[in-house]
Amino acid sequence: MTDTPTPLPPMIELRHVAKSFGTKPVLRDVHMSIPRGTSMVIIGGSGTGKSVTLKCVLGLIEPDAGQIFVDGHDMHEGDRDAFLARFGMLFQGGALFDSLPVWQNVAFRLLRGALRRPKREAREIAIEKLRRVGLTPDVADAFPAELSGGMQKRVGLARAIAADPEIIFFDEPTTGLDPIMAGVINDLIREIVTEMGATAMTITHDMSSVRAIADDVAMLHDGVIKWTGPVAEMDRAADPYLQQFIHGRAEGPIEAVR
Amino acid sequence: MSLATPLALIGRTVLRVLAAIGRVAIFAGAAISHLVRPPFYAREFLNALLQIGWLSLPVVGLTAVFTGGALALQIYSGGARFNAEAVVPQIVAIGMVRELGPVLVGLMIAARVTSSIAAEIATMKVTEQIDALVTLSTHPMKYLVAPRLLAALIVVPLLVAVGDVIGIFGGYFVATGSLGFNPAAYLENTVDFLEPLDIVSSLVKGCAFGGIAALMGCYYGMQSGRGAQGVGRATKGSVEAAAVLILAANFLLTGVFFSI
Repeated sequence: MTDTPTPLPPMIELRHVAKSFGTKPVLRDVHMSIPRGTSMVIIGGSGTGKSVTLKCVLGLIEPDAGQIFVDGHDMHEGDRDAFLARFGMLFQGGALFDSLPVWQNVAFRLLRGALRRPKREAREIAIEKLRRVGLTPDVADAFPAELSGGMQKRVGLARAIAADPEIIFFDEPTTGLDPIMAGVINDLIREIVTEMGATAMTITHDMSSVRAIADDVAMLHDGVIKWTGPVAEMDRAADPYLQQFIHGRAEGPIEAVR
Repeated sequence: MSLATPLALIGRTVLRVLAAIGRVAIFAGAAISHLVRPPFYAREFLNALLQIGWLSLPVVGLTAVFTGGALALQIYSGGARFNAEAVVPQIVAIGMVRELGPVLVGLMIAARVTSSIAAEIATMKVTEQIDALVTLSTHPMKYLVAPRLLAALIVVPLLVAVGDVIGIFGGYFVATGSLGFNPAAYLENTVDFLEPLDIVSSLVKGCAFGGIAALMGCYYGMQSGRGAQGVGRATKGSVEAAAVLILAANFLLTGVFFSI
């Protein structure tokens, strides 16, 4: 602990994080700090390392350099299961287990391991979480392949919040959805994060998502955070990279052909 | 093209092969270490038993019965050249139990089980289901690999035993049906001729081949590249590797058991 009198450390903090794949540097020097209970949205073009950043925090990818702190502790300290139990994650394609029915997907964490509880109770929680994301109990026994893309995304969301995590990650939550369903998912994410008091980290390139979900925005480009600040200041910011991105212009400092 | 180019090529290939052996060995070590430490996923294990064992019975039975039948015909016609037609029951028994039973069952398992394990795990990898498992505090090696490996180690020797028996009966039906052998004498000759070592070697081979088949499926699945092409490559690679390794292991094990 440092001697600065900060009562609560940021929930997630990245310091000098770098990662290369082969000879290609994806993250060069990423700094980021996400205060407890806020929603950070990372924007940036495809292939700028948004997913890599997120996977580094979860430990799915080991960074080459830098440190990542969760709740003031280095992420490598302590028990990994206990660490992961604090997280929920909504994957881009849902990543539902297609061999398991919907309710067992949602209750996956509640059916095994440290958070294990009786089957009946796990099922009740799963159905309650499904209801929370706007799905009726009759989908509980369906298999993921029988559901539409929007419904799969909702099931993924229900699974992410099933164990009441403190930190939730959303990987491109609206990609592949029609605009109305995207709006529904955005509203759900905002509501759930607010009502659970969770810390959220979302990666997206959908600007309507950014405006709906974010407290703070960080723009990732060329392996560094080009701009970060509250969402309200995003439109007034002078950063040419940010302006090009949020207005979707082909002309600007970001090369359109990558 | 300098003189060193072919040498460099050989060197690179050797290094690549050694690296691959190292990776597979590390993977196998990790799989076994997860196999012996809790938690155990009973449901996954039972499902793997069903998929690898029970549902493979038809293909194993058909392979064995036709092979046993063909073997009887060949031995009869070959033996006839030096008046040794009578050895059909003994040679069918030895051929099936020592070699053809384990090898053919192993290859069938490589075709049927290795490919399906590789395709399933590779698809899970490509659709981020493996990452999802990790974020749900479930180790993929423990949840996906260990149950399949254990099931294969247990159930493939049993499949080999079934294949051996069915193969012997394939020979029996051909020999008694069309080659004029006496049914009772045929079975008696078979039983008298087989030694415990033959049966032990058959089961040990089954265990080894089952382990190879499951490990290759899991390994290639976990290493899969992106997209449909990645899944296709993983599946193809897993079956090739499993088949070649099974045949190589068979040669080694035959050497161990029968080179006196």
